[in-house]
Amino acid sequence: MSTFVYDLIGLSAGICFILALKGLSSPKSARRGNLIGALGATIATVVIFFYAMPDKNGNETSLPINNLGWILGAMAIGTLIGVPAAKKVQMTQMPQLVALFNGVGGGAAALVAIVEYLNLGTDATTAEVIATVFTVVVGCVSFSGSIITFMKLQELMTTRPVVFPGGRFVIAGTLVAVLGVSGWVVVALGTTPLLILAALSLLFGILFVLPVGGADVPIVISLLNAFTGLTVAASGYVLDSTLLIIAGTLVGASGTILTRMMAEAMGRSLFGTLFGAFTAKPQEAGGAAEERPVRSGSPDDVAILLNYARRVVIVPGFGLAVAQAQHTVRELADLLIAKGIDVAYGIHPVAGRMPGHMNVLLAEANVPYEQLAEMDEVNPTFGQTDVAIVIGANDVVNPAAETTPGCPIYGMPILQVSNAANVIFLKRSMRPGFAGIENELLYDPKTMLLFGDAKASLTKVVSALKGL
Amino acid sequence: MEPIAIISIFVLAVFVGFEVVSKVSSTLHTPLMSGANAIHGVILVGAIIVASHSETNLELGLSVAAIILATINMIGGFVVTDRMLEMFKGKKKEAK
Repeated sequence: MSTFVYDLIGLSAGICFILALKGLSSPKSARRGNLIGALGATIATVVIFFYAMPDKNGNETSLPINNLGWILGAMAIGTLIGVPAAKKVQMTQMPQLVALFNGVGGGAAALVAIVEYLNLGTDATTAEVIATVFTVVVGCVSFSGSIITFMKLQELMTTRPVVFPGGRFVIAGTLVAVLGVSGWVVVALGTTPLLILAALSLLFGILFVLPVGGADVPIVISLLNAFTGLTVAASGYVLDSTLLIIAGTLVGASGTILTRMMAEAMGRSLFGTLFGAFTAKPQEAGGAAEERPVRSGSPDDVAILLNYARRVVIVPGFGLAVAQAQHTVRELADLLIAKGIDVAYGIHPVAGRMPGHMNVLLAEANVPYEQLAEMDEVNPTFGQTDVAIVIGANDVVNPAAETTPGCPIYGMPILQVSNAANVIFLKRSMRPGFAGIENELLYDPKTMLLFGDAKASLTKVVSALKGL
Repeated sequence: MEPIAIISIFVLAVFVGFEVVSKVSSTLHTPLMSGANAIHGVILVGAIIVASHSETNLELGLSVAAIILATINMIGGFVVTDRMLEMFKGKKKEAK
């Protein structure tokens, strides 16, 4: 196959990726878009086996390509790991899987750059060395950072921001070291400096993500996703592959926009997300607030309240996802509908562990599409709502976002459940949400709290309701 | 390749990337991120290229690791995105 034909096929794969991203932007074409993307990736992967790449001296190499057995074996192992993971993952754990996939992609890009560097040796041009350094640094940051986000989402470690004394100086110091060693690699052209650089970059990725709080982790995953895209583009430059440049840049650019849109939906600036933990002031009145009386109810109280309602809005959040209560909540909704009660789900754009995550979860439980109401649709209806049930959500209904300038979530659009006649909170404890701020609504006289695991509580409410 | 050609490709791809996702609803943020994530799994092509001209055991070992990771990223990414979107589709059918 000539280079011209090869590049032409590469171009068609690039077009597939553009169409894939375009398709994924609209609900109707999303699934087709993903399949087009997969087609593009398949074309790009298959064609490389039929192309005799020019070697370092520009002579065509012979087919089949070298190390074919190793290559196919490694691809088989990757498939055997990746496909079952993707097929078996619970939908509630899907965000951390995406984080992990992104991380290994970043790691792969860093490895590719290192191998190419070893291979080129002193033949590398300065531009190639700079691109290599960029790929190694950003790929390693993406890898170790994604592992940390995975651990946070999987709750293998605390979801709260991890800040240690002098943390910002350690991070700044590491960054300076990374930049310094990068310069060293460009000047000295050695394997040792490159490996030191990789190690430092891995460390920086960990330090960079540790201070990010649980609720902001999705934004970081999206940012790291964009990073990985850019590393792919840079390694495309080193390997002289137009396709990698196109695909990587597309992901880098769209990932950046997506990150910004997510941050906007959460009412956060990107800067605040990444560095907020360092500037946040300690919460005032945290201890005193615990003492205030709240009205807690039994599952029977909740069932009675629901039984005599005409309109009920269900507001699902993190807690519902964690308790895997999406099927139970649908059971409750079906029961209420059978009693002639008007039921809607109020979905906050960032409810769940990722924007749009709640829609995926409820879809898994076969909740009919027309019952899912987006925030702008449902907010004006809370005035006519008798009961709003907030299940494992907190920050997305916290009126402080509208009333308390200066609080961390001020400015974030919220679901105005406080306008409903009654509010029921299903919570595990009085612990504040991920943002770590008190919710005044919990102390409101019209609020009833039902403590416990969301799934267990809902099951009790359902059986109480059946008995009425 | 000419530097200007590379710069042109890069800049145009940035604009295309910005444009195609500029009006996505928040419902689709997660699948879109996951789909974009799968697309950068195309680094697999790069991993195969470096593996095919690896000369030492070190190079081959690292590139085999890169192929494994890239394959997980690409294939796993597309499969999990499809699973997410499959649910959206099923839901719509039921609504009709």
